[in-house]
Amino acid sequence: MRHILSLLLENEAGALSRVAGLFSARGYNIESLTVAPTEDATLSRMTIVTTGSDDVIEQITKQVNKLVDVVKIVDLNEGKHVERELMLVKLRAVGKDRDELKRTADIFRARVIDLTEKTYVIELTGTGDKLDAFLEAIDRALVLEAVRTGACGLGRGEWIVKA
Amino acid sequence: MKLSDVPQSASLEASGNLLSGAEIVCHAMKAEGVEFVFGYPGGAVLVIYDEIHKQNHFKHILVRHEQAAVHAADAYARATGRPGVALVTSGPGVTNAVTGIATAYMDSIPMVIITGQVPTYAIGQDAFQECDTVGITRPCVKHNFLVKDVGELAETIKKAFFIAKTGRPGPVVVDIPKDVSMARAPFLYPGTVEMRSYRPTNKGHSGQIKKAMQMLLSADRPMIYVGGGAILGNASAEVTALVRMLGYPCTNTLMGLGAYPSTDKQFVGMLGMHGTVEANMAMQNCDVLIAIGARFDDRVIGNPTHFNAGNPTRKIIHIDIDPSSISKRVKVDVPIVGNIKDVLDDLIGQLQSAEQKPGNIAAWWKQIEEWRAKDCLKFKQSETIIKPQYVVQKLWEVTKGEAYVTSDVGQHQMWAAQYYGFDKPRRWINSGGLGTMGVGLPYAMGCKFAFPDADVACITGEGSIQMNIQELSTCKQYGLPIKVILLNNRYLGMVRQWQEFFHGNRHAESYMEALPDFVKLAEAYGHVGMKIEKPGDVEGALRDAFAMKDRLVFLDFQTDQTENVFPMVPGGKGISEMILAEDL
Ligand SMILES: Cc1ncc(C[n+]2csc(CCOP(=O)(O)OP(=O)(O)O)c2C)c(N)n1
Ligand SMILES: [Mg+2]
Repeated sequence: MRHILSLLLENEAGALSRVAGLFSARGYNIESLTVAPTEDATLSRMTIVTTGSDDVIEQITKQVNKLVDVVKIVDLNEGKHVERELMLVKLRAVGKDRDELKRTADIFRARVIDLTEKTYVIELTGTGDKLDAFLEAIDRALVLEAVRTGACGLGRGEWIVKA
Repeated sequence: MKLSDVPQSASLEASGNLLSGAEIVCHAMKAEGVEFVFGYPGGAVLVIYDEIHKQNHFKHILVRHEQAAVHAADAYARATGRPGVALVTSGPGVTNAVTGIATAYMDSIPMVIITGQVPTYAIGQDAFQECDTVGITRPCVKHNFLVKDVGELAETIKKAFFIAKTGRPGPVVVDIPKDVSMARAPFLYPGTVEMRSYRPTNKGHSGQIKKAMQMLLSADRPMIYVGGGAILGNASAEVTALVRMLGYPCTNTLMGLGAYPSTDKQFVGMLGMHGTVEANMAMQNCDVLIAIGARFDDRVIGNPTHFNAGNPTRKIIHIDIDPSSISKRVKVDVPIVGNIKDVLDDLIGQLQSAEQKPGNIAAWWKQIEEWRAKDCLKFKQSETIIKPQYVVQKLWEVTKGEAYVTSDVGQHQMWAAQYYGFDKPRRWINSGGLGTMGVGLPYAMGCKFAFPDADVACITGEGSIQMNIQELSTCKQYGLPIKVILLNNRYLGMVRQWQEFFHGNRHAESYMEALPDFVKLAEAYGHVGMKIEKPGDVEGALRDAFAMKDRLVFLDFQTDQTENVFPMVPGGKGISEMILAEDL
């Protein structure tokens, strides 16, 4: 099953490679991984999307927790949570495609954030499914390139992941 | 440039209250009560060596290869329980040390390894003797640090020792660039460190301990399975008290030997790939299993599917300091995370005050005695050829079971584990997890430094001993009267055994041709060498060797080339599927 793991780790050089190295050394899947410092500059917040049976996820959580730089790991699937991913897509936008793409973007509440005579760069946030759906809704031949951040997530309501 | 223009490190003498990084390293060692630093010098650590030269708080031991420095420090830790310390230079010093570090990591040995690094400004430039030490060692350390600011050096070393010895212990690397060793900072060595990201649990959950107690008391076919964690956690006395109090059978893993006395009747022998019939059968057929500081690894329970499928109703209690060891290979019913000593203290306390007493397990003991009656460690003695098992038995007699015994890896290691009756913890020093050939001699050095008055024997093979034979020179330099017990079968015996069983007896590269004359070799290093070829000479040779209190004696026992280790569970099989000597 797909799980979304939220980690707080010391904002130290090499902390990311410890987590990434653990996943590759133990053969765990990483579907996506995002990391950046947050409101507390001494900490980085990482979100990892992974898949595995309950036993595997339990092992992942325990192994990650054992890393000395990791302050906390929470499996967001254990409660209600929200998740979002950001995608930027560069599209070939000429002739009748130009309006058509704009309309589709509007339906998805996506925004055009850069345009030239022949291209659009579109910004879209949502769940991974929504981003996939957008890519399916447009003519694939028009996609010049795309980049996605991978998911990040938070627990709903009063559920707070803190150091 | 004249030599006098070259800045001399003597000018690094303390100025005011500021100490150089190198001095900070030495002061930190003193503060940690370090007795020995095992190491080898080189460019990136010269400044540190210069400070070592000026101090007399700890002794530096100069080995002949960095791998041996780490192994010796590792053995010091295994034998004493205190962290071992090694010091190596950057680049090749570090890469040579990696085998030692990985060996210590697999067996959870507390160590601090100080490595030199090129100056901070040269990092990333492919500088001479630069390597990414933090990157190379990351997967085989508990933690590692690159110190970029001398102001953080003291606290980092404090953290390194704290991390190495608390929780599930392990090696910690502190990588110190040369300019950091030379830069100055005030020396403030913290008494304690707090790390929000590292807080090992010690106390076990009392509710879980109660559940464990009830499960144990209601068992009909109980089994107590004790691993290296009990030794690392200094819980041997508690293990022994628990086993005696319950009257249940107890087995130790290869790493746990000595946690419960081997010569006691409740001890059913070591379990696992080369475990006894009674230990493996009891492990497979018990109804309640308590695992204490053990991790159900492949060499112990064989195939986990078979282990479970053969006995799906078996209930398992697992005590370990490391939550990730619990339910990793085998699902357990009552997990207890905590320091083994503390958890067992609680468990024993609860048992003492419980109304219920352990049930009558006479039927189970009867079954175990039947298994034991197979006498699976029996071997055919010979009048003409030395049996390796016999040498180990005699060694046990001659040393009265009191020696520190180190081993290398191979058949000789298994015979040492099977035939030397370890009654005390921290006396059996071997590489269980990584299975590193070449540890034996440096392990013996570490033990001898720790306990200069004790008998120290290194049981080895002619393959393994040659992987760190250069340390005979270190032994000469420091006058270490180790007894090297070479079980010389002129084969990479364990490899040959597998080839015999699983590869059509084709001896692909397992024959040791062109062996040196070990007697002359020992003599060349300044030691005593003996070659023993007849069974009748074994005991006398051992007695003579141990009588030479101040000499290293290298005993080359010419043993039976075709002997195999039994029982044996073939890889991937279940532990009750043993091949016995009598089957062949
Ligand atoms: C560094 C290393 N390389 C290879 C091996 C694989 N290996 C395991 S046992 C063994 C043979 C050891 O031969 P020897 O030291 O003569 O011991 P014996 O089995 O003959 O007692 C080998 C090659 C190992 N364990 N360690
Ligand atoms: Mg051999």
